[in-house]
Amino acid sequence: MNEQVKLTAKDWASEQEVRWCPGCGDYAILKAVQRTLPELGSDPANTVFVSGIGCSSRFPYYMASYGFHTIHGRACAVATGVKLANPELDVWIITGDGDALSIGGNHTMHLLRRNLDCQLLLFNNEIYGLTKGQYSPTSRVGTRSPSTPFGSVDRPALPASFALGAGARFVARGIDVNKKLPEVLKAAHAHKGAAFVEIFQNCIVYNDDVFGPFTDRKVAAEKQLWLEAGEKMLFAGGEKGIGFDQSTKTLKVVAGDSGEVLVHDPANRAIALLLAEMPADLFPVALGVLYEDPAPTYESAVVEQNRAVSEGKVADLQALLRQGQTWQVTKEPRVE
Amino acid sequence: MVTATQKLTPVEATAADRAEAVVVRFAGDSGDGMQLTGGQFTLSTALAGNDLATFPDFPAEIRAPQGTTFGVSAFQINFGSAAIETAGDAPDVLVAMNPAALKVNVAALKEGGLIIADTGEFSARNLAKAGYDDNPLENDSLARYKVIAFDISARTLEAVKEFGLSNKEALRSKNMWTLGLALWMFDRDRQPVVDWLKAKFAKKPEIAEANIAALNAGHAYGETAEIGGQVRQHHIDPAPAEPGLYRTVTGAESLSIGLVAGAQLAGLPMFFGSYPITPASPLLHHLSRLKQFGITTFQAEDEIAAICSAIGASYAGSLGVTSSSGPGIALKGEAIGLAVMTELPLVIVNSQRGGPSTGLPTKTEQSDLYQAVYGRNGDAPIPVIAARSPADAYDCAIEAVRIAVQYMTPVMLLTDGYIANAAEPWKVPDASSHVPFAVRFAEKDVEPYQRDARGSRPWIKPGTPGLEHRIGGIEKAPVTGHISYTPEHHAQMTEERFAKVRNVADSIPEQDVCLGSTSGRLAMVGWGSTFGPIHQAVRRARKRGMDVSHIHIRHIAPFPKNLGALLKGYDKIIVPEMNAGQLKTMLRDQFLVDARPMNKIAGQPFMIAEIEAAIEEALA
Ligand SMILES: Cc1ncc(C[n+]2csc(CCOP(=O)(O)OP(=O)(O)O)c2C)c(N)n1
Ligand code: SF4
Ligand SMILES: [Mg+2]
Repeated sequence: MNEQVKLTAKDWASEQEVRWCPGCGDYAILKAVQRTLPELGSDPANTVFVSGIGCSSRFPYYMASYGFHTIHGRACAVATGVKLANPELDVWIITGDGDALSIGGNHTMHLLRRNLDCQLLLFNNEIYGLTKGQYSPTSRVGTRSPSTPFGSVDRPALPASFALGAGARFVARGIDVNKKLPEVLKAAHAHKGAAFVEIFQNCIVYNDDVFGPFTDRKVAAEKQLWLEAGEKMLFAGGEKGIGFDQSTKTLKVVAGDSGEVLVHDPANRAIALLLAEMPADLFPVALGVLYEDPAPTYESAVVEQNRAVSEGKVADLQALLRQGQTWQVTKEPRVE
Repeated sequence: MVTATQKLTPVEATAADRAEAVVVRFAGDSGDGMQLTGGQFTLSTALAGNDLATFPDFPAEIRAPQGTTFGVSAFQINFGSAAIETAGDAPDVLVAMNPAALKVNVAALKEGGLIIADTGEFSARNLAKAGYDDNPLENDSLARYKVIAFDISARTLEAVKEFGLSNKEALRSKNMWTLGLALWMFDRDRQPVVDWLKAKFAKKPEIAEANIAALNAGHAYGETAEIGGQVRQHHIDPAPAEPGLYRTVTGAESLSIGLVAGAQLAGLPMFFGSYPITPASPLLHHLSRLKQFGITTFQAEDEIAAICSAIGASYAGSLGVTSSSGPGIALKGEAIGLAVMTELPLVIVNSQRGGPSTGLPTKTEQSDLYQAVYGRNGDAPIPVIAARSPADAYDCAIEAVRIAVQYMTPVMLLTDGYIANAAEPWKVPDASSHVPFAVRFAEKDVEPYQRDARGSRPWIKPGTPGLEHRIGGIEKAPVTGHISYTPEHHAQMTEERFAKVRNVADSIPEQDVCLGSTSGRLAMVGWGSTFGPIHQAVRRARKRGMDVSHIHIRHIAPFPKNLGALLKGYDKIIVPEMNAGQLKTMLRDQFLVDARPMNKIAGQPFMIAEIEAAIEEALA
């Protein structure tokens, strides 16, 4: 790709007709990604979007880069092979709450643990969109769906704390239609290693407005805490902040000018966990980069070990064939 | 044209006469080191120039309670001065390191065969554990055999006394003492074992020395005729063999080298994704040591991740390879379909074991043929090839890689627990004689599903400017590969995928008759590791004047083009298989021939005699 040519969002859009339901949050995420990539200076030839199966996983078809729409739950596994085979590629994983945390939960956990260098965007709509609205592992207790007509009874998984528990070194959150999403994506891209981004995505058909209690314009200020490294954890227009309750060792809401407001240190994993798990009724939802503490990446360690142990050895097939104890047979076969 | 290659005829006449071939079975507790003993005996035997075949027979439990029948580990070797194709039917010699080993193995011993037993282990407690009420060495229950029983344990302790080892450590050398005796019995050189011990215990020289002392003591025990003339030394002449450089090889070794060779011939780095499972793991172990050949090995979190990562690697321009055994292959099924749809090269190795489910993890079977050929959702054809022996696995691996990259398709390579673990002498191939099939990645002016003369689509690596495209498991339009569900497109693409796999038959040899004639009264048709026993049985029957031929099929999907016509030239067709009749059904289906089953579902290879009996019956 010619460095001189500055790409635009349009250059990142493929010729494919986008086929999500009108009003689906996926459109906004697609636009945000297409807008962000030119700013990152990304090269479509060197960029690969790998997805599983779900509404969200249709995403790669709409990007004018390389794309691999794999099978349900396996995007992380396929992406691992892509990146190990060619560490130069810029790998984005697109997945849903069912794809990444139900059928593919195992692969998500291991990708994060290994710290493969990639961006993992989890479109969380708290529902199985593609299969017409069954509840998902992130659905809240009581979710009524075709498979839970009387309400779901099992407790949901929290994607951000799942990621932290699995050993992710970068955990962030964004909202489909929120203008700060590109900033979150840029931070994820800048992070070397597995960057886990949960995006709250509205499924207008099967789970409409499930995030309304914190995304609605009217409550946004009160219910959204946008984290900035080195900045105070303020919300509600600066009137409120997040402090630490020494007696209970948990977070608490404090007055914005109280002097108790915590300063966000993304490398503080313990606080990140508390931020990820703040109860929705009493607290705002923590957004932006909750946690970032880079560590060596998996593919770089693999490449380095492959190199180190190969040093001084030649790829001599004939020598390999002759390995071990050999013996020479000289005489002609007996002819009977 | 049908060609009847009589390649083995010169040695046919000398085959497997009793005087020229001996079967020895070493059996003991899983902690007794029987596999090591067998392995070293194999090496010495190979170095002596005998042809041989081995059969390691492991217990399913890793740490089964000591002294129990289910903890018995055995290693059988058949060696001789003529071509050896199987590990032998009935042992001539059984080395039993404890009562359980005797109990489990004595029934297989040849009438009049020799038992060497360690009385040191025949305590009341061990006898009880093995389920003996009475000591069989002291009653006449073994009257049909020659028995030499003496205290190997005590003699081992005596031999290694000077090294000051603990009792437990000292007794670990029992297997070397026994090996020393066995080497004496068959006039074998001890030096290779000594060298091996020195290398193995380089960091613990006293252990090496103790083992060498035990080995020498066992040998001396035979030499000084303390056995009292019951055993005579036996010399087996070298087997006739093509001149050249030889080594012993197990299937897992030859397969790993074959994959390396295949990747080199294709000019590709290899990505090997796998998840441990018996008996497939040795391939992962071997390849993970060969990084200098441009191999990246990945122990995935499960078999699904193993194959998916290999598919991702193939997509990115490496040779993706994955391997497992039946249960793991089942998990890979959906992803194999993805590779079929996305038309990416991939080699899937299945080291078969007894099934279904967990089945018989350590026992051999060839019951995954249906799974290989048909075991996916949708119409999802893939080429399938099967190795017949450890040495043959090398050529099959190269062939699997060639088909995968030339036809842009997943290829299933079938081997089994027997092939993976068994060893045989191998004439070291000349790497420079292989025909390369270098891959050329598409660089410009091509559509993702534009097909070449073989019916293959181009291999386009991400990173290639101007060829950005999207692929996936959804049905597509021809040429462009854009998503399409139209009836015409689905029908056309399904046919294109079938045609491509059918076209593989253009690039494989016609089916030959490996022993016998191209038509006649009876064809014994086999695949995979049953090659040895079928071949020997047919050879023996032909020596007795019977009109029977042996056809061995390597390419199972697609079959060689002439196979149907060839089969129709025989009055009768029998298909011996270590399953309930899978190839038999495929042959009937594809060629409408009256192929008859002959099944052994015992977790054990066929015995030559069993197949010989079936031939006799069919021709009676
Ligand atoms: C092996 C397999 N099982 C089940 C399905 C059916 N399926 C497709 S997508 C999906 C759930 C998708 O939910 P999610 O990952 O949350 O994606 P969304 O559609 O909500 O974006 C299911 C169950 C499938 N395609 N493959
Ligand atoms: S079902 Fe929901 S998630 Fe899927 S496209 Fe429609 S609105 Fe979007
Ligand atoms: Mg969903």
